[in-house]
Amino acid sequence: MSVGSLLYGNNIGIMRGERVLFRDVSLSLSPGEAIVLRGANGAGKTTLLRILAGLTQAETGEVSKQGAHHWIAHREGLKPHETPADHLRLWARAWGQTVEVRQLLADMGLSKPADVPAKYLSAGQRRRTALARLRLEDRPIWLLDEPFTALDADGKSLLQAMISNHRTQGGGVIAAIHGEAGFEFDTQVEI
Amino acid sequence: MSGAPILSAFRQALGEAWAGGAGALLPLGFFAGTTVLVPLGVGTEPATLRAIGPGILWVSLALSSLVTLERVFQADTEDGALDLWLQTGAPAAAIAAAKTFAHWLTAGLPLALLSPMLLLMFQARASGALLENMGLYAIGGIAFYFWGGVGAALSATVRRGGLLISLIALPLYVPTAIFGALAMGDGPSSASAPLFLAATTLFALAAAPFAMGAALRLAAD
Repeated sequence: MSVGSLLYGNNIGIMRGERVLFRDVSLSLSPGEAIVLRGANGAGKTTLLRILAGLTQAETGEVSKQGAHHWIAHREGLKPHETPADHLRLWARAWGQTVEVRQLLADMGLSKPADVPAKYLSAGQRRRTALARLRLEDRPIWLLDEPFTALDADGKSLLQAMISNHRTQGGGVIAAIHGEAGFEFDTQVEI
Repeated sequence: MSGAPILSAFRQALGEAWAGGAGALLPLGFFAGTTVLVPLGVGTEPATLRAIGPGILWVSLALSSLVTLERVFQADTEDGALDLWLQTGAPAAAIAAAKTFAHWLTAGLPLALLSPMLLLMFQARASGALLENMGLYAIGGIAFYFWGGVGAALSATVRRGGLLISLIALPLYVPTAIFGALAMGDGPSSASAPLFLAATTLFALAAAPFAMGAALRLAAD
């Protein structure tokens, strides 16, 4: 593993059923780097992210991480009755952080729906709530699965700014992104 | 590692039970409903009712526990919360135990608290024994909910997994049901049976979380 890399994956491969989903995928994430995962629908981008996160067990290969990671996926982890404020308070507490939740909600453009149960939120508002978790705790590695989905123009530039800020501070990002113009990245990994 | 994630999982599970509103009342209604139906089926002879009452309540308690268990872990796999809990660094077994215990508190304990009233409907004599029985239903209920939780975790990714939960959990309910019924009878073993009942609960508390944790890791894989 190269010196100083945040995350390192070597020859990762996985079967799904009888089928090899992908094999021999290797990547290394340096501080400040952004890696984009590319591949057709069903190529295994989400599966690779889950392997990197430690949720799914790979058949071959190894993953090593220097430091904690954040996880943002399609399914936001919001309960139907949970409000954005509830959600952020819950995870701040679970991660042992004290955060000014109202301020964070305002920064994420969620002041208005702060106390609206998630079942009444739009897809974009739910996504913003999930992305707000990135700011609850400083973690060097961000694993993002289609993070721009459902966001409006404002939300997209907000997330761009969060990502570039994270990278300037030496953090790394691995994102599965489908044809998102305007997202700057250093490395592209084809699956 | 701190206990903060475990405590948060417990809190979230409690909140969900209350937020569901009628959700927490469903097993209560089922419990009372099945119990009330029995006298209509077996007749109203007081001696008969008094003899079968405690046993009927054990059966109702076991079945009521299965009513809401299906959603305990299934909702978490569907909305992505399970992925977040599994990445907190806390053992999956501890998260599962916290959630199951919260579920027992909101769905199982109320059933035990209702039991004296239902036993009176079965012609039980009003005495301190009713409160003792309440304690036994509470203790036995913990075993039911933890074994049921194993079934729920194993079927977390199965739609309409209710039947599967029953098939997995009901055999595990047997020792608790046997010692629970013995503890309330007046047979020769009624003195030691409460201890055995407590032992089945302690065993469930010790073993079930690890089974649930492993099942949840599989569900996320």
